[in-house]
Amino acid sequence: MKPYRGLFVLMMLCELGISGLSIISPLFQSYAIDNFIARNSLDGLTPFIIAYCAVILVSSALQFIETRNGMNLEMTLMRDMRRATFNHLQTLSVAFFNVTPVGTLHARVMSDTESIGSIIVWDGNHGLRHLVYVTGAIAVMFMQNALLALCVLAIVPVIAVATALFQRRLIRLHRRGREINAKITAGFNEGITGAPTSKSLGVEKKLDGDFYKSISEMKRHNLKLSFHVSAFFSIITFASAVTLAGVLWYGGHITAEQVIGIGTLSVFMTYAQGLIAPVQWAILAIADIISVKVNLERITALLNTESDVKDTPEVIEKYGDSFNHKRENWEKIVGDIEFENVSFKYPDGEEYVLENFNLKIPRGTNVAIVGETGAGKSTLVNLVCRFFEPTSGRITIDGKDIKERSVGWLHANIGYVLQTPHLFSGTIRENLLYGKDGATEEEMREAVAKVNADKIVARMGGFDGIVGEGGGNLSMGEKQLLSFARAILADPAIFVLDEATSSIDTITEKLVQDAVEKLMEGRTSFIIAHRLSTVKNADVILVVDGGKIIERGTHSELISARGHYFNLYMEQFREEQAKAV
Amino acid sequence: MKKTKSRGYLGSFVKSSIPDFGVSIFANAVCTLCTTVLPLIISFAIDSVVGNEPVSSGYEGFANALGGIAFIKSNLWIMAVLIAVIAVVNAAFTFVNNYFNRSGNEKMVICMREKLFSHVQRLPLSRGAMNSTGDIIQRCTSDITILSNFISNQLINLLRIIITIAVSMVFMFLLNPVLAGVSCALIVVIVAVSAIFRAVMEKRFKMCDEQEGVLSACAQENLTGVRVVRAFGRERYERDKFEKQNEYYTGLWKKTGVVTAMYWSSTEFLNTVQFLVLMITGTVLCINGTLSAGGFVAFLSYNALLITPLRELGRIISNMSRAGVALGRINEVISVPAEELGEYEGRLSGDIEFKNVSFSFGEGDVLKDVSFKVKEGSVLGVIGGTGSGKSTLAALLSRLYEPTAGDIYIGGRNVKDIPLATLRGNIGLVMQDGYVYSRTVGENIAIASEGAESGDVIGAAKTACVHGAIEGFANGYDTVVGERGVTLSGGQRQRLALARTLLRGTPYFVFDDSLSAVDNETDASIRENLKEKFGGATVIIISHRVTTVMDADEIIVLEDGKIAERGNSARLVANGGIYARIYEMQTALPEELREAERE
Repeated sequence: MKPYRGLFVLMMLCELGISGLSIISPLFQSYAIDNFIARNSLDGLTPFIIAYCAVILVSSALQFIETRNGMNLEMTLMRDMRRATFNHLQTLSVAFFNVTPVGTLHARVMSDTESIGSIIVWDGNHGLRHLVYVTGAIAVMFMQNALLALCVLAIVPVIAVATALFQRRLIRLHRRGREINAKITAGFNEGITGAPTSKSLGVEKKLDGDFYKSISEMKRHNLKLSFHVSAFFSIITFASAVTLAGVLWYGGHITAEQVIGIGTLSVFMTYAQGLIAPVQWAILAIADIISVKVNLERITALLNTESDVKDTPEVIEKYGDSFNHKRENWEKIVGDIEFENVSFKYPDGEEYVLENFNLKIPRGTNVAIVGETGAGKSTLVNLVCRFFEPTSGRITIDGKDIKERSVGWLHANIGYVLQTPHLFSGTIRENLLYGKDGATEEEMREAVAKVNADKIVARMGGFDGIVGEGGGNLSMGEKQLLSFARAILADPAIFVLDEATSSIDTITEKLVQDAVEKLMEGRTSFIIAHRLSTVKNADVILVVDGGKIIERGTHSELISARGHYFNLYMEQFREEQAKAV
Repeated sequence: MKKTKSRGYLGSFVKSSIPDFGVSIFANAVCTLCTTVLPLIISFAIDSVVGNEPVSSGYEGFANALGGIAFIKSNLWIMAVLIAVIAVVNAAFTFVNNYFNRSGNEKMVICMREKLFSHVQRLPLSRGAMNSTGDIIQRCTSDITILSNFISNQLINLLRIIITIAVSMVFMFLLNPVLAGVSCALIVVIVAVSAIFRAVMEKRFKMCDEQEGVLSACAQENLTGVRVVRAFGRERYERDKFEKQNEYYTGLWKKTGVVTAMYWSSTEFLNTVQFLVLMITGTVLCINGTLSAGGFVAFLSYNALLITPLRELGRIISNMSRAGVALGRINEVISVPAEELGEYEGRLSGDIEFKNVSFSFGEGDVLKDVSFKVKEGSVLGVIGGTGSGKSTLAALLSRLYEPTAGDIYIGGRNVKDIPLATLRGNIGLVMQDGYVYSRTVGENIAIASEGAESGDVIGAAKTACVHGAIEGFANGYDTVVGERGVTLSGGQRQRLALARTLLRGTPYFVFDDSLSAVDNETDASIRENLKEKFGGATVIIISHRVTTVMDADEIIVLEDGKIAERGNSARLVANGGIYARIYEMQTALPEELREAERE
């Protein structure tokens, strides 16, 4: 909050100034009538004009400063919140991203921060203005005549009771409204994405009916909300007018008794009317306050989410954190990996998927992991990449527990190529440099040639060819090849590949195959495999089913065992044959 | 032409809300009257009732109606009661105004939502007719909000604003044409200045919006590519990239803030300057004797009355373009012609026949001159590789697409002449990636079969070999699935889609690669179940798996959109063509196993 204090103070000062001036300026009109028109002379008109102009200038200047300052404050708040959420997201584990939809996170960074910023600043601004007015009015009234002031303040208990009666209900209604609204959006989504299925099932009318139920519920709900808000509004309006009548009646009497002057009475009447606006504002602000509360809760929850995988302070001290790698302290990697008595269950799972698992993977070994979709093939990879930590036991690289070195060190030494390759929008060059910052033109050309991607680069008009959002200008196979080139530039000692299941054309498929073989050369590798050739050439094959490793061995060993692998192999073989048709 | 059309749609949306909006406008006028009258009464009460100023000519009739000024003076409560009465009227009409405005708004919104939803569902699937899902959802949600807010919050006020402005103007001219002329001239300046500022601001806002898009895309990319970021340890790079955009975006807004602040302060400035000029001119006129003091005060209050409506008018005009864009976007969706579903006329029967059917998505034929016949009660297998056009056959039969040439008949009737509701109501099409609705498993299965008993639902689930999996869910058949529930695996989804279609008990079934994610064994037992329970149905099975189609009465082999071979499995194998090759490949043992077998 500290950096904003200055801006907040400035905002407050401007408000005070503007409110003060708005009290002064009506006085000019009465002065003109009383002094010039009544006296029928223009004497003193020049100083009058000068004084008035001064007020106008100061007032306009304050208005300018206030608006500008308000927007500055709003934008600074938003920027800092966006920065905080974005940077925090960079430190969270991949496991977190596996369970949280991108859309949700995106909303945290972009829209939640925006609504917090604008509501806090502008509602705060208006709230302040009203507060200044109410306090000022009350102070002036009590100075003039305490009894009549109490008469005006008689409205307060009415407002308090009405607020107590309505507020909780309003909050509940606003919350419920958000829920129904989410349902309607989901309904639209279903109507659009599900259209082909709905057509073939002929359920359009049924869905129309169901959707109509949601929107009718929304309509009923909104009318109910509107009824409450309007009633609340009217009650307040009525109460304040009654107060006004009371002031006039009682004030008129004491004016007649010459307790107060007529000018004082007129001031009181002005204030009694002026108190309505702040209350009406407050009613409308409730909705904002509720939504900002929800936004704040969400952002706080995100910022309080700790990464499942965290380096100890000692490790950070030596190896650096995610933003500042201390490369000078990083050891060179050899690439021997060992699982020692590793047991693991997923944070949301009940069953252990690995129990006392032991596996020695000397440098240069190729490990293939096979199994049906959803069998849990990614578990080992998740552990090696430290997207998750073992529940017990340890994983060592070059004889040292991976926890004793930083995640940054580990990731710098592991090349991880995904099933669906992800390219960033921008040029091919920018994407390749992602693998190795400062790679030379020569290095890039070499890497690209090695994975047969040189033709793609040429087709795209060189390294400065634009790949489009998410690599949209390229085919799936081309994206894969470029992501291999990127991995080659990074030159990792350990290579992890989640092989693509999606079909790509036969020619590209062959190129990809060659590229994968090149990548595996001389590296310790883990491959979640879908292609038979990759599997057959592996040094160790791990067969996964129901989340657990049920068989392990070489291709010929597993085939002659006639177990699960055999069936899987036969099925995959047929599948591939079918595709080759 | 387009314009009249768009107005037509807007008219149909607003039609049901007109009475409510009418009431709202009326109530609004009463409220405005009350709020204008109240200060007049208060000033009368203070000046002439409590104070000792003579009753001005305008108030004389009013004072006499209440029993004369002397009577009021001795009975001050009359004024208090009068104020209270006005307050009650004001409160009541404020309520009516708010409530009916909202109700009109809701009626309009529900109309738009209903129309859009049913329309979007019925849009033809042909390419290009639909934009991306996100875009259409935006049109269905935020564009509706923009449009309805504009109508109910601003357009409704237009009448009141215009009347207020006109009335004030008239009174001002009646009071003093010279002063009114000065006032108007200055107002023109104010309006011109704010129009210029608004134009500059709009440009700035647009720049900010565009940069927001860049920043948003930057965040989006980082989040979708998080694994790559982690894998290459590029968190710092990403942070700096985002920070740069974030800073730039913030800077743009801050610059816009300067323009905005200038706009507000300068219009405020001009308003007060206008007031000052009027005051000086008025004072001079008063001293000249061309204007009375009372007239001067009245003039100033009418002038003040003018400022707010003028500002609102400016807002309405600048928002109108936004609302117009929103309306245009909604109309774009609605003006795409929807499918006419027609009535369900009962069960169809007879053979299915494709006669010289061709189809293309625009470039290159997907199907070329395809003809075949499926006898009632028989099973046709369709086999072919990716891109052979086999899925298109299914889509054409259900008329999800229309053939570019040729005709399709069911029982001798051209499908073009069968109402869609009847056609699709008779064809149980199971797609490869059937959509799962976000409701319970049981409701999903029964979605297309009104009045299905839970026994039937379980029966269908058992036939589709998905009963066991469902039982395994936390709440069994009451487990909520889909977007807002449990995620199903590919195989479970396919079997659920199958069960859902089987329950419909249609005379025709088309399975379009609908068990591709199910393992061979389950596939076989499902086929077994189908034979047993739906032996009499006419079935088309489309697959790339030979085992799935080999029991069919007839098999057609599609290659590049043409029928390459046809016949039953045994004959096709004997023929030694493409089918024989596929058969060989898919049933054969891998090389090294064959050797192992021999040993």
